[in-house]
Amino acid sequence: MPDRKQKKQGDKNPLKQFMQYIGRFQAWINLSIILSLVAAILNLIGPNALSKVTDLITEGLTGEMNTFWIVRICILLVLLYSLGWAVNYAEGFIMATVAQRITKSMRSDISKKINRLPLRYFDSHNTGDTLSLVTNDVDTVGQMLNQSLSTIVLNISLLIGAAIMMFWTNWKMAFLGILAALLGFGISLLIISRSQKYFSQQQAELGALNGHIEETYSGLLVIKAYNDQRHVRSEFKKKNDILYKSNWKSQFFSGIMQPLMMFIGNLAYVVVCVTGAVLAIRGEITFGVIVAFMLYIRNFTNPLQNLAQAFSSLQSMTAACERIFTFLDEEEMEDESAKTTVIKHVKGDVQFEHVSFGYNENREIIHDFSADIKVGQKIAIVGPTGAGKTTMVNLLMRFYEVNKGKITIDGISTKDMKRETVHDIFGMVLQDTWLFEGTVRENLVYNRKNVTDAELDQVCNAVGLSDLIHQLPDGYDTVLTDDAAISAGQKQLFTIARAMIADSPLMILDEATSSVDTRTELQVQKAMDMLTEGRTSFVIAHRLSTIRNADCILVMKDGDIIESGTHDELMKKGGFYADLYNSQFDAA
Amino acid sequence: MLKIFRYLKKKEWGYAAICVIFIVFQVWLDLKLPDYMSEITTLVETEGSAMSDILHAGACMLLCAVGSMAASIVTGYFAAKTAAGLSYTLRELVYNKTLDFSMKEVRQFSADSLLNRTTNDVTQIQTLVAMGLQAIIKAPILAVWAIVKIWGKSWQWTLATALAVIILIIALGITLIFAVPRFRKIQSLNDRLNTVTREQVGGIRVVRAYNAEEYHGKKFEAQNDEITENNTVANRVMALMSPTMSFLNSGLTLAVYWIGAFLILHASADAKLGIFSDMVVFSNYAMQIIMAFIMLNMIFVLLPRAQVSANRIMEVLNTPVSLKDGDGSGEESGQGTVEFRGVSFRYPGAGEDALKDISFTVGKGETCALIGATGSGKTTAINLIPRFYDVTQGEILVDGVDVRKYRQDDLRSRIGYCPQKAKLFSGTVRSNIAFGDSGKPAPDDKEVQTALEISQSAEFVSKMKGGADAPIAQNGTNVSGGQKQRLSIARAVARKPEILIFDDSFSALDYRTDREVRRQLGEKTKDAAKIIVAQRISTIRDADQILVLDHGRIVGKGTHDELMASCTQYQEIAASQLTKEELANA
Repeated sequence: MPDRKQKKQGDKNPLKQFMQYIGRFQAWINLSIILSLVAAILNLIGPNALSKVTDLITEGLTGEMNTFWIVRICILLVLLYSLGWAVNYAEGFIMATVAQRITKSMRSDISKKINRLPLRYFDSHNTGDTLSLVTNDVDTVGQMLNQSLSTIVLNISLLIGAAIMMFWTNWKMAFLGILAALLGFGISLLIISRSQKYFSQQQAELGALNGHIEETYSGLLVIKAYNDQRHVRSEFKKKNDILYKSNWKSQFFSGIMQPLMMFIGNLAYVVVCVTGAVLAIRGEITFGVIVAFMLYIRNFTNPLQNLAQAFSSLQSMTAACERIFTFLDEEEMEDESAKTTVIKHVKGDVQFEHVSFGYNENREIIHDFSADIKVGQKIAIVGPTGAGKTTMVNLLMRFYEVNKGKITIDGISTKDMKRETVHDIFGMVLQDTWLFEGTVRENLVYNRKNVTDAELDQVCNAVGLSDLIHQLPDGYDTVLTDDAAISAGQKQLFTIARAMIADSPLMILDEATSSVDTRTELQVQKAMDMLTEGRTSFVIAHRLSTIRNADCILVMKDGDIIESGTHDELMKKGGFYADLYNSQFDAA
Repeated sequence: MLKIFRYLKKKEWGYAAICVIFIVFQVWLDLKLPDYMSEITTLVETEGSAMSDILHAGACMLLCAVGSMAASIVTGYFAAKTAAGLSYTLRELVYNKTLDFSMKEVRQFSADSLLNRTTNDVTQIQTLVAMGLQAIIKAPILAVWAIVKIWGKSWQWTLATALAVIILIIALGITLIFAVPRFRKIQSLNDRLNTVTREQVGGIRVVRAYNAEEYHGKKFEAQNDEITENNTVANRVMALMSPTMSFLNSGLTLAVYWIGAFLILHASADAKLGIFSDMVVFSNYAMQIIMAFIMLNMIFVLLPRAQVSANRIMEVLNTPVSLKDGDGSGEESGQGTVEFRGVSFRYPGAGEDALKDISFTVGKGETCALIGATGSGKTTAINLIPRFYDVTQGEILVDGVDVRKYRQDDLRSRIGYCPQKAKLFSGTVRSNIAFGDSGKPAPDDKEVQTALEISQSAEFVSKMKGGADAPIAQNGTNVSGGQKQRLSIARAVARKPEILIFDDSFSALDYRTDREVRRQLGEKTKDAAKIIVAQRISTIRDADQILVLDHGRIVGKGTHDELMASCTQYQEIAASQLTKEELANA
């Protein structure tokens, strides 16, 4: 499988993919390209007309000036320039709009893709990377689209147009002028490419320093408690000193881009002026030609500079596109729209039939596991940290698919149902309390519809949240933000209340009560008992006291289920569980 | 924004001054260059000019161009040094200030925000200063100088140029008024988008379990719509700039020629040529002015972000540190004792006290345990001992002296603190254990080993490649949660403190390890006062003194047996954890 994926990626050119992606905006983009061409042509008529004006004025230096024609041409130019302005702006307006539409749909696609990716992806990828796609990468694409695409079209047409006009007007001046510009440009590129190493060095050093700062700030409490300030300060100073050196260098090199480009412009200007003057004295050309060239050469060197910039931005856009499309091309979960099996009234018999599973193919961690769980039974999963207790949740919820065997609910394999259907059957409270930014009500009701305040009151009462909610300034409508003064235990209560409101026929409690203090736990336990009554439930917990009354205890260690049975059976057996259980009562 | 420049060092002010000088020099050369063109124009239009004169003028032009480039490179060099220097200083100031902050200030800002202020915000300022030193200074100098040069020649030309500059300024104003506020808004919208996405990805299991993909999809789309809307408007306004600039550029050149034609028409015969060559030169000036303003426009796009950044940095630097070091004048009595005397505490901005009238004493070698509901104030209470916060009322005595009288490092040298959330630092196992400064020599191999043994870490550490010198990744990501917690206990022990504080450090351990760690602590750190926050009765039942906290008050104080007899809250907790027989048998 990895082979196939690599091939798939290797085949694709991100820019080509991008072009396909923006297909539906093609008409608008084509229009803007045409407008760019028109703008370029309008731009190039200018110098030619101005050259005629100059010649008319030059005649006026010694003889009669033809003001009639001068005014005529000037008015024509004003019209042309105004038209050029309008065309230019229309083009910019379209591209600004199109660029934003494209980035918007990219963001939407990424968001939708997140929902279609298997959990495996998120367990093996950094959240920050995915976030950076939505913000940084899409942003880069947006900005580049806005600037680069039309810039490239406009400037290439200007560049070629100006070159043609120059050669058409006077090939000698054109040749020397362009030669000077290209020479300067080549030298600049050489300098810029030499400076590249400072940029990457600076990036690496900045990364190291930021890493240090991040670590210090997140561990500030410990640093203070252990008087480590002096050490981290000197560590910081070292890294900051190192950064300073590469920092000013790369700042310097990015700063001299502009002067270098200015110089190219000036160099070509001087060459054109001097050559023109020599030719004019020889009588080969009129002065108007020099004036025209002064403008043409700017129309040649400015696009050169703009293109250099556009292409370097294009590079970062390509990199961003590559990341975005790699993400969008990730293998998705199986399409299940054809599955229609629904259990009308879930009773809650759950069977594991010869289930085998491993997170990667070469290492199976659950071997041929079978269990028959009857309606209303409570299944406890215990074991030390890292024993793989959440694996069971992953399999029940179909976050991961079993390798062999099947899990059935009321005799129907979960594989025959849509994932959503399976999710609806289970209520779940997770180890990490997860609240989102929104009101208390939103967090509790979540995506359930038509939940009345009376129901909310009842649930909050049951889990012991009423007091807290009364204390909040806006009750149920208080917005929960990161800095809201809600303790970890209270957060836990919120997620429990959420599960109660969802009112699913089966329950999964993944170490649900481990960060709730014991007194609150008592409350929660009561509520849970209410909740789990008559429902099949799976409980994962550290505290053995809470699971003693379980109908079946699965003991896990290093990913394996090593024992299973009731509390009494396991105690009799005197194995790992018994040992674990007894250890809590020995005096220290 | 301007206040931030206070932090430029003298040397950097010097650099900035050099920048200004070289910019003036550069502008002078830039404007000199067209003057030679004027000379050439005259030569061309005069019969019988010598070719060598033209070449001479051409050489001068070339010299001007090279000189201008050299000047701007020098400017760039000093601008880069100034900007990088300022960012160096700011970064250091913010970092050091953050280290000085008490947890009260850290809490106010939040660690994430402080991180951003030390890194991204500083970079923003640097970029602005580097570009600003070149463009912001150059544009006005160039504009004024060029207009002055045209001034004496003809008021019509001056007027045309001034008009163009005014239109430019209006165009810039439009961007400032309509686009910049949008950009500012986009910044915060981006943060929101980030939050929404983080929710969706971070809570993916819950989102899926509740089939709430669409719910979050809608939330995301709402943000997406808003950010797109703002971006579209802002960019449409920005799109005005480039056409306007090029229109003005061409338009001004045209105006100079148009006006020139009529000036020449009405001039006397011998003045005609002079005006003609002026005309050619002025069209060049005009172009330069516009170019300078195009650069200025770029700055205006950067400015709002940098302004926000500057304010955020200044906010940190201007926040006074609320904890003042004591003078160390207190007279100590005894070693390894802690006493709370009528302590009340309220978090800044909170409406209620987190702790109310707490009094208790822990003697040398004694164990004191705190138990109670979530939010009852256990962590708050123990965080007052190393003076992470200052009490609102009452006093806390360590070794008989008010903690506020100690120098902070002296106070903390006496304490081994183990936080609720274990935190490891990049380095090695050893560097994490022999962490910090306690005024004593760093623990040697044997002491590190002992600490590892006490915390039940010796076994897994010996399995790590390199043993005690095995690398620990940033945030300890290469060890498990339970292992992190044990190393964090080892760190507290290795300090050989008078007072050991464990904030719920045992609940991440399984019962067996928990028991073993406590047994070892009892044996090997006999003399230290131990203050333990716990949730399991089994962890604390042997403590000399147990405090039961409820809503910031002590509702029970005594040994396990005493509390079992008298304290209802304690009984409830116990009942939730142990069966009757177990309680009776104990």
